[in-house]
Amino acid sequence: MAVAAERAPGAEVDESLLVVRDLVKHFPIRKGVLQREVARVHAVDGIEFDVRRGETFGLVGESGCGKSTTARLITRLLAPTSGSIVYDGKDISSWTERRLRPLRRDVQMIFQDPYASLNPRRSIGTIIGEPLRLLGVSDRSARRVRVREVMERVGLNPEHYNRYPHEFSGGQRQRIGIARAIVLEPKLIVADEPVSALDVSIQAQVLNLLQELRDEMGLTLVFIAHDLSVVRHMCDRIAVMYLGKIVELATGDRLYAHPRHPYTGALMSAVPVPKSAAGRGRRRVVLAGDVPSPVSPPPACRFHTRCWKAQQICREEEPPLESKGEQDVAACHFPLSEGEVDALTRPSTE
Amino acid sequence: MALLEIDDLHVSFKTMDGVVRAVAGVSLSLDARRTLGIVGESGSGKSVTAQTIVGLTRFPNAKISGRIMFDGRDLVSMDADHLRDIRGARIAMIFQDPLSSLHPFFKVGHQIVEAIRVHEDVPRDVAKRRTIEALRSVGIPSPEERFDSFPHEMSGGMRQRVMIAMALALRPDILIADEPTTALDVTVQAQVLELIQALRDDFGTAVILITHDLGVVAQMCDDVAVMYAGRVLEQAPREVLFDGPQHPYTWGLLQSIPRLDAPRSDRLSPIAGSPPSLINVPRGCTFHPRCPYTPPPALETEPPLEEAEPGHLVRCHLSVEERRRLWQSLQSEHPALR
Ligand SMILES: Nc1ncnc2c1ncn2[C@@H]1O[C@H](COP(=O)(O)OP(=O)(O)OP(=O)(O)O)[C@@H](O)[C@H]1O
Ligand SMILES: Nc1ncnc2c1ncn2[C@@H]1O[C@H](COP(=O)(O)OP(=O)(O)OP(=O)(O)O)[C@@H](O)[C@H]1O
Ligand code: SF4
Ligand code: SF4
Ligand SMILES: [Mg+2]
Ligand SMILES: [Mg+2]
Repeated sequence: MAVAAERAPGAEVDESLLVVRDLVKHFPIRKGVLQREVARVHAVDGIEFDVRRGETFGLVGESGCGKSTTARLITRLLAPTSGSIVYDGKDISSWTERRLRPLRRDVQMIFQDPYASLNPRRSIGTIIGEPLRLLGVSDRSARRVRVREVMERVGLNPEHYNRYPHEFSGGQRQRIGIARAIVLEPKLIVADEPVSALDVSIQAQVLNLLQELRDEMGLTLVFIAHDLSVVRHMCDRIAVMYLGKIVELATGDRLYAHPRHPYTGALMSAVPVPKSAAGRGRRRVVLAGDVPSPVSPPPACRFHTRCWKAQQICREEEPPLESKGEQDVAACHFPLSEGEVDALTRPSTE
Repeated sequence: MALLEIDDLHVSFKTMDGVVRAVAGVSLSLDARRTLGIVGESGSGKSVTAQTIVGLTRFPNAKISGRIMFDGRDLVSMDADHLRDIRGARIAMIFQDPLSSLHPFFKVGHQIVEAIRVHEDVPRDVAKRRTIEALRSVGIPSPEERFDSFPHEMSGGMRQRVMIAMALALRPDILIADEPTTALDVTVQAQVLELIQALRDDFGTAVILITHDLGVVAQMCDDVAVMYAGRVLEQAPREVLFDGPQHPYTWGLLQSIPRLDAPRSDRLSPIAGSPPSLINVPRGCTFHPRCPYTPPPALETEPPLEEAEPGHLVRCHLSVEERRRLWQSLQSEHPALR
């Protein structure tokens, strides 16, 4: 896989903690007594990206585009249908659970719904200490000391060690999830919509906490969200997904200054801005229709059924994810011009 | 005379843990063709306020007082039968989860036809034609076929459009939309918001839009009420609220959200702590445990909702001049607030 890693656009091999190539995950849909496969959900359909050491890498896109599946593939909670996942120089894509065990220490996940991911019958001290126990730290008092330390760090009162998840608010539960994720001092954390269920004031507290931990512990973070403002706030580089594909990948600043892919442009113009004069004179692209089914995604460019720039070639040839200037890549035959971007994102004077 | 006038509304619920004071003295008014936004974090009493308008909080454990005047009549004291006539036909409501208001076993077209016929004496085929027209106008592709779909066969965005189609077919005076887009993707949210705007522009429907998203408020609303712990803390026309907000809680909300329209900031400045329990609401100003500016009277007495300038109401002990100064200094510290 070293060969594949070398063609990582703009990245040195050893700069990257994670190198993903041609990654595919299809979920079979089975029917009947024989459970024959009748169709497949193309959840992730050939994506590639690198995550550099110490960076925060964002994945953004609408419901069902494959973000969570990608998260579960790179943490190897799921096995890929095909493709490679190179973590720290080793291709882990087909490793067995047994072989993955040491890696479970390095790579942790934080989930959207903290409540669903916390065992309601365990005290939070036990929950946060679980990864230590699994790793074989059998000394209970040593575990307790470490857990209290971590609780303190994420802003939970260590006195609450023996309380149960239902006694905590949504924001506190997310802190429990974060505490459990950092208790082993991982290298990589994959956070899947960690603040999507939280109120804005609590969301801001949790985002700040994640940033502090990242800076303190030198963490590499893969941050997944459907909220573009949150992703932009948190991430160095961002990949935009649509129907199982990455359609654009760029640094946060460049992505927002000049989106190349029409889908990225549409997403950004759809975000309402909390300003009195906002939106007036701005050309809001309202995409028609819904996202097509990932069971039978449209051929060639998957966005062509909703794209206002679509031409014949878009229905016939899949645009490759290729450079559109600097290190940005986008998969589009007719990327947005600067003039088009202006109309989409800046309020006009009329 | 406003179309809808809520005056000193109180709603509380007796529960095992104590009395939940969900709405504690809310007064709001709504004119035809206007959109009133109610914004606030979880548990601030937005939904209870909205549901009480159409009589959906009349539970045995609920205590409701105050007046809600609509068309010369008080909805709080109106009997259930009359209220049912108003609900749907004259005041329609759509929710975050349209599945909860659509019957799972009936085809969506049938449900709209029935809704029309409950309120109007029209033949079935006329109602059907109106239903298909309404489905078409909310952008449901091939509405003749979709007429026969069941709710679970549609996506969330499509179901929300069906609910709006129902509202369209009935042409209510008021549409109450409680977090109509919270569960939807942004591109679908944009479609749904556009439809609500069209409903207002084409039929003069007044809208109460409940959301926790200040961006949605800025895009959609003429007037805004910011709620916290069952109270309105600040209320103003949209421009006033976004250009010169005067309540520390509103400032806190604006500082908490990452902004797409401003340079990236290093760290957000969230409001400390979390919202209070509505069983034990803090004494004095309900926001004081989280407020960085707490002056002494805030701990003792609750400030009244007072006019800071015409049309701009604020519930805070600080003087207007002080609040203006504080807002200006916040703006100079945080470019995103300018
Ligand atoms: N175990 C599974 N079996 C079958 N289909 C699945 C499975 N897991 C996910 N899918 C499907 O794969 C697609 C991608 O799902 P995924 O959860 O990765 O999306 P997502 O981008 O995380 O969406 P959301 O924003 O809603 O969380 C969806 O169509 C989903 O229904
Ligand atoms: N039937 C009921 N019985 C008891 N308490 C209730 C009832 N309905 C609502 N509440 C409580 O009243 C308070 C206000 O609830 P409400 O649903 O109005 O909040 P909200 O502002 O709409 O919040 P969200 O953004 O979460 O929808 C909450 O504490 C809620 O738990
Ligand atoms: S390739 Fe064509 S259809 Fe696809 S995004 Fe670009 S312009 Fe639109
Ligand atoms: S009254 Fe006092 S505590 Fe309440 S918002 Fe105003 S300054 Fe803050
Ligand atoms: Mg997901
Ligand atoms: Mg609500």
